[in-house]
Amino acid sequence: MIATLFKLAAKSALNRRGSVLLLLLSVVTSTVLLLGIDMARQSVRSSFSNAVSGVDLIVGAQNSPVALLMYSVFRMGEAAQNMPIEAFHALQENPQVAHAIPISLGDTYQGFSVVGTSESYFKYFQYGEKQSLSLLEGRVFQDYKPGMPPMVLFDAVLGAEVAARLGHKLGDAIALSHGTALGSAGASHADKPFRVVGVLAPTGTPVDRSVHISLQGIEAIHIDWQAGVPMAGMRIPAEFVSKFDLQPKSVTAVLVSLKSRAGVFRVQRALQNDSDFALTALLPGVALSTLWQTVGMVEQVLLLVAGLVALVSALGLISVMLVALGQRRREMAVLRSIGAGPKALLLLLCLESTLVMALGVTAGFGLSAMFAELMTPLFQSRFGLALVPVWQLKTGLMAVGAFAFLGGALGVVPGILAYRQQLRDGLTPRV
Amino acid sequence: MTKPLIECREVAFKHATSDFALQVPHFQLMPGNLVFVQGESGSGKSTFLNLLAGVLAPQSGHIEFMGKSLKDLSASACDQLRVDHMGFLFQQFNLLPYLTVLDNVLLPCQFSKDRKRKAVVRHGSILGAAQALLASLGLRDLQHQRADSLSVGQQQRVTAARALIGEPEVIVADEPTSALDQKNQAQLLSLLLDQARHQNSAVVLVSHDLMLAQHFDLRFHMSDWQGQGVTP
Repeated sequence: MIATLFKLAAKSALNRRGSVLLLLLSVVTSTVLLLGIDMARQSVRSSFSNAVSGVDLIVGAQNSPVALLMYSVFRMGEAAQNMPIEAFHALQENPQVAHAIPISLGDTYQGFSVVGTSESYFKYFQYGEKQSLSLLEGRVFQDYKPGMPPMVLFDAVLGAEVAARLGHKLGDAIALSHGTALGSAGASHADKPFRVVGVLAPTGTPVDRSVHISLQGIEAIHIDWQAGVPMAGMRIPAEFVSKFDLQPKSVTAVLVSLKSRAGVFRVQRALQNDSDFALTALLPGVALSTLWQTVGMVEQVLLLVAGLVALVSALGLISVMLVALGQRRREMAVLRSIGAGPKALLLLLCLESTLVMALGVTAGFGLSAMFAELMTPLFQSRFGLALVPVWQLKTGLMAVGAFAFLGGALGVVPGILAYRQQLRDGLTPRV
Repeated sequence: MTKPLIECREVAFKHATSDFALQVPHFQLMPGNLVFVQGESGSGKSTFLNLLAGVLAPQSGHIEFMGKSLKDLSASACDQLRVDHMGFLFQQFNLLPYLTVLDNVLLPCQFSKDRKRKAVVRHGSILGAAQALLASLGLRDLQHQRADSLSVGQQQRVTAARALIGEPEVIVADEPTSALDQKNQAQLLSLLLDQARHQNSAVVLVSHDLMLAQHFDLRFHMSDWQGQGVTP
């Protein structure tokens, strides 16, 4: 009998395919929305927490921890001020520090951040699950020391995406711009072009969107600048910059790894309170969770909206079925007269709503999975965002499960109404 | 001695919402009986059929169907008894429009093991039974069409085939011909009654149309059963 009811439900639905299709569409949309929002949320989270690994402290000039985290790791926002180089040297000599990676920000290349750093960056920087950087081609730059040929100063190592998007090959000359504002025609450093000597393998982190040069290179291109503008009447050609003192005077932030993580709070306190300089030292994990608390509200509102949309679509399913029920009174009476009892009718209507829910949710799931699969390369290159696969979206899947359950459960309502209607009507419908 | 299929004794029924009342002192349906019940619209014909089918329960009195007292049966047992032993024809809108003629005729066999078994015993398969019935009702060529593509006359004949399939002991017909023209009325009635005689099914037909009465063995009038306080 179940097989017969199944067939009847399918044929009846096919007969009303217009409205059933619309219903299906609203279920699919809700599913995609629930999964999509959770996907965006989790993808952003995972890409944020993958951006840096193995770093115990991030040190910079005094600032809010979240701001420091944002510009030092994610290249978002700008540092109000740098920390003096002496503070960096002090960190390097600190017996508890395993290694300290300096970072100097402020310039851009075609909208991508320029990161001034040292050789240690390529050796010690880690992302994701403690993965180290590797080269796709070429080599890394050398820290400039007096006596080296000036061209060593102008070596640049590109992140994977910079090279891919701008089509750069080894040996290409690139001209940096001063300032970080996107699209602003900042005064250019075209007088001292850099040469691409290496391209890093993709990491799915902000490293992909960075141009790495040496700290001394940063000094060199700003040698004839003062207070953010080129000095009037002063032009120092690239080949002469080695005549000047190119040791950096300051850095924007330092990524510190300790010999023992156990001492991290002591070191943090010492840096913030007892240092000769006004510094902020943050634990990346703690700053990230502060950040999540800030954006958590927005996430929750988004999830709530998605939940409401799902609720509306479940209610829509019921209301459409209820409206249809009035028109299907004859159909129900016919079924009753050929032997389908009220219970069979109840089952028939529940089967119908369950069928629509199951089909809609499955299609929505498939669409979301397909979307993630197709869009991952685009999101990766455009936003550096690796989309989390659909089956890993715990919250999203739970929400979709709850949605399916709700839809199926609410499907009982028209069923019960039909049941009662049949008991009242007897064998002859009052149409 | 053969037992009656349906027996009503001292049945009294009153509608909950109106002062309509029905009283049936005695009614008996024997196997193969062809019974005509005459009554104007509003005279309680449908109520009478619903009582026989166990869809409505009388306030007092006794109704037995297939030797079982309907009072003692649960709703679902009553449903099952009805599917197994009764075929129905109504005035119109008897078919599921989205099924083919053949699928419509097969429906009772899918809800009743009894009728399926009987169809298989006589025709080898339920499909064979349906096709044989459709052929004897002159619908052989239409069996794969959607039910709603047929004329009303054809639809009523399909409904007759559906009521007859699986040889139920009783066929209940509520104004089955009143939506048809004269020619179709006569044709439907003779096909239905011939086939019912052929498979020894009893028929209870209610109608306002006295012209039909001549084809039946037994005749009743609703007016004989109407209770007090009824204004016809």
